[in-house]
Amino acid sequence: MQHIIVVGNGMVGYKFCEKFVAQKENKAFKITVFGEEPRPAYDRVHLSEFFESQNAKALEMAPAEWYAENDIDLITGERVADINRSSKTITTAKDREFSYDYLVLATGSSPFVPPIKGVEKEGVFVYRTIEDLEGMLAYAAKLKAEKPNAKAAVLGGGLLGLEAGKAVMDMGLEPHIVEFAPKLMPRQLDSRSSQVLQLKLESIGLNIHLSKATNQILGNGRITGMEFGEDDILDVDMLIVSAGIRPRDELARACGLEVGVRGGVIVDNTMKTSDDAIYAIGEIALYNQMIYGLVAPGYDMADIAVQQILGNADKVMPSDIDMSTKLKLIGVDVASFGEPFMPASKGHSIIFENKTQYLYKRINVSHDGKKLLGGILVGDAADYSMLHQVYLNGMAIPEDPAQLILPVSEGGALLGDVMDLPDEAQICSCESVTKGQICGVIENGDATDLGDVVSCTKAGTGCGGCKPMVADLTNATLKSLGIEVKDSICEHFDYNRQDLYKIIQVKGYTKFNEVLDSHGNGGHGCEICKPVIASLMASIHADTANKEYAIQDSNDRFLANIQRNGTYSVVPRVPGGEITPDKLIALGEIAKKYDLYTKITGGVRIDLFGATLNQLPLIWKELISHGFESGHAYGKSLRTVKTCVGSTWCRYGMDESVSFGIELENRYRGIRAPHKIKGGVSGCIRECAEARGKDFGLIAVEGGWNLYVGGNGGANPRHAELFAEQIDNETVIKYLDRYLMLYMRTAKPLQRTAAWQEKLEGGLEYLKEVIIEDKLGITEDLEKEMQTLVNKFECEWTQAVNDPEMMKRFNHFVNSEAEDDNLVFVPMRDQKMPEPWV
Amino acid sequence: MEDILEKYTATKIEDVTVWFKAASTEDFPVDGGACVKYKDKQIAVFNFSRLGKWYACQNLCPHKMEMVLSRGMIGDDKGMPKVACPLHKKTFSLESGENLNGDLNPIATYPVKIEEGYVYVGFID
Repeated sequence: MQHIIVVGNGMVGYKFCEKFVAQKENKAFKITVFGEEPRPAYDRVHLSEFFESQNAKALEMAPAEWYAENDIDLITGERVADINRSSKTITTAKDREFSYDYLVLATGSSPFVPPIKGVEKEGVFVYRTIEDLEGMLAYAAKLKAEKPNAKAAVLGGGLLGLEAGKAVMDMGLEPHIVEFAPKLMPRQLDSRSSQVLQLKLESIGLNIHLSKATNQILGNGRITGMEFGEDDILDVDMLIVSAGIRPRDELARACGLEVGVRGGVIVDNTMKTSDDAIYAIGEIALYNQMIYGLVAPGYDMADIAVQQILGNADKVMPSDIDMSTKLKLIGVDVASFGEPFMPASKGHSIIFENKTQYLYKRINVSHDGKKLLGGILVGDAADYSMLHQVYLNGMAIPEDPAQLILPVSEGGALLGDVMDLPDEAQICSCESVTKGQICGVIENGDATDLGDVVSCTKAGTGCGGCKPMVADLTNATLKSLGIEVKDSICEHFDYNRQDLYKIIQVKGYTKFNEVLDSHGNGGHGCEICKPVIASLMASIHADTANKEYAIQDSNDRFLANIQRNGTYSVVPRVPGGEITPDKLIALGEIAKKYDLYTKITGGVRIDLFGATLNQLPLIWKELISHGFESGHAYGKSLRTVKTCVGSTWCRYGMDESVSFGIELENRYRGIRAPHKIKGGVSGCIRECAEARGKDFGLIAVEGGWNLYVGGNGGANPRHAELFAEQIDNETVIKYLDRYLMLYMRTAKPLQRTAAWQEKLEGGLEYLKEVIIEDKLGITEDLEKEMQTLVNKFECEWTQAVNDPEMMKRFNHFVNSEAEDDNLVFVPMRDQKMPEPWV
Repeated sequence: MEDILEKYTATKIEDVTVWFKAASTEDFPVDGGACVKYKDKQIAVFNFSRLGKWYACQNLCPHKMEMVLSRGMIGDDKGMPKVACPLHKKTFSLESGENLNGDLNPIATYPVKIEEGYVYVGFID
């Protein structure tokens, strides 16, 4: 068996492994991968998303288990320190030696830090790894605590610099971009498009400083400013250097491989270096005297190296590499393709510019006007995929090429249908997927929707830029096969949630089978449609989840949140977070009696974990006897209305936030909705209840409440938007009744209010017209429906513990009183937790 | 953890040596399941009344090795009867035990018969 050592576990190093294990001939090889970072390869292209999610796992290319499953030894946190070419061995920084038959260098690049005086000061960072980001976050948090209006600058106005600028904005610091060149993104954009981009970025609060050469970094120990020239100083508290990259070729240099004058390991079109047993791929490889800093060519190089090692000598890197790229920078589309800066000797440029809308489009066409040679798009890159395909495939363009970029209203958008592309058109350049492959998996029945297409072909899993086109191709192919594309909830119904809401309301169905038999496709339902219809019937008929428990979602079925080991958590309602000492004692005593792990939740209540199915009714009987009721923490329903203490106690309070919060929580408790709903009520603009992070939020101001709607935390945090100002309690309830009911009627399954509101045609303004001005004449119905739900509220746990028939389901076994014998708990800070998963 | 899986092997009706009388048919929800204890085994039994059929399989979800499948929702995937694990919605064929939405190992399935209002599960002992 031959041994391949991959040095570097970045995106390209990972891709090499992925492509290798996908080959049948791989059995004769063993792969060992070294990564100097502590974690497996992650998606560096989307690094700035880490600031939003703070979730390093989400960026992983593949979990550590993936390597083990594919028999690859992944050694992270250990740098390769030396290569001995004559003995074909490498030595790591921990002084361990490994021998190889093939060595693949995928060490990537490191940020270039220019030799500016003072660059070593505290508060100066580079932007490359998750550790860099964590360092920045910690420093930014410290800064903000010291001074609320701290500033941070990014040195470098290129692509990565602007990404870093977004990171600065996300950290809540005042952002500045400092660029040496007279324009932003000098490598990708011409002067005019760069100006348009600059205007747009300035409009959203970025401060941009061009033609600035930094002489030194000021500050005593830690950075306080940047000096460009005499009397030309920018005060900043933090600096992120993003002034380009340098290939990590030190290993290659030390062992005598041929390298370029400005760095990079020289490779031929087989990705081989000057040593036949050593390959180099990605940002360390110098091919055609160029370092390619994009992920797509890096992936292609990985593929070529795999093919070469497996003996497929005819697979080589093309001499022309497409550097087209499309990005969303701080929410602004920027794309360039082909030859963006074409000299006049080669063709003509057609330019459309509209600074009022921050739009710029340029295409370059051949002198005879028949071929598209390249272009630049800023502000709106919706046409990028199509233009790029037209360019790549040399497709015919309209007689007046200007129509390719003119706004639609002027008769533009003459780009053909996606289906007109040739089969060999490469749609996803990261994964090299062609149109023929995408349509093929649908035509041969392997894929029946977009999700299938993505998992079968991997299209769209790299940078994601091609996703809209993959979706268009999928829909068009399905349509050509006579398959109607609908947003139906699952294979058992041809209706979406909103359709089903109307059907159930009009027909008055009360059982799942009635809906399935009359409006289904002849199947038997599934875990998607059952809970959706259960929730709809609950919303329409004010039912609790005790009705037809076998169609309820996992949690609703047992009126508790199922936990990692199959036990449950118990959360009684504590409206507005107000609780008497007696009730608090009761909770403590019950938790102690049943040995439950106890924790305060994010929604101001108390969660008791580790209850078995058999214990649930016993615990609830006791809770109910102490005056508690279900908290619906398990349901797609109202969770809590979080409150600050408000004018009841607070010396700044403008109104009684607790009283109103309790009223609202008690009003909307128990109603079933497309997803969970949370509320918040703050007694003044200091916003201690974080009401703007909730589906509905109220902030007391002079003269009433400001009502905010459509916010949430979660994977994509969003602030609720101001819906109405200075309204009284009665008006708040009126608007909220209407808002929530409309949401319940029209949202998609599992769609939070934020996403619903965002997707709503007409947006917030339309919502105001419908809810405040009653444009559709439905507000009376909405209020009436909500009032019915409020009037019919019943605590479903009280219902359950009082009905012996309902109690039957709370047994682990149908034929025994025994408990699940598979449960193992381990100690955790004076409490217990389930044994960790292997 | 692996040895717990070894307790469960797919059983064909022709190989059954013991028919275990589990419970009354009325103890099982319509189009839903419940868990049966047989010696040290946990068996999920489903009353698929829309098909007029009963199914049994291991209660253990092979994804995270938790005893939860009997609490899952049942339905069909393009006609194939299936159960969805309540933890992460991994779905398994109730006929073959095959994982329908991933690469997990199949679950063990067992034959079921109904006699005089009682549910019997077949084992090889």
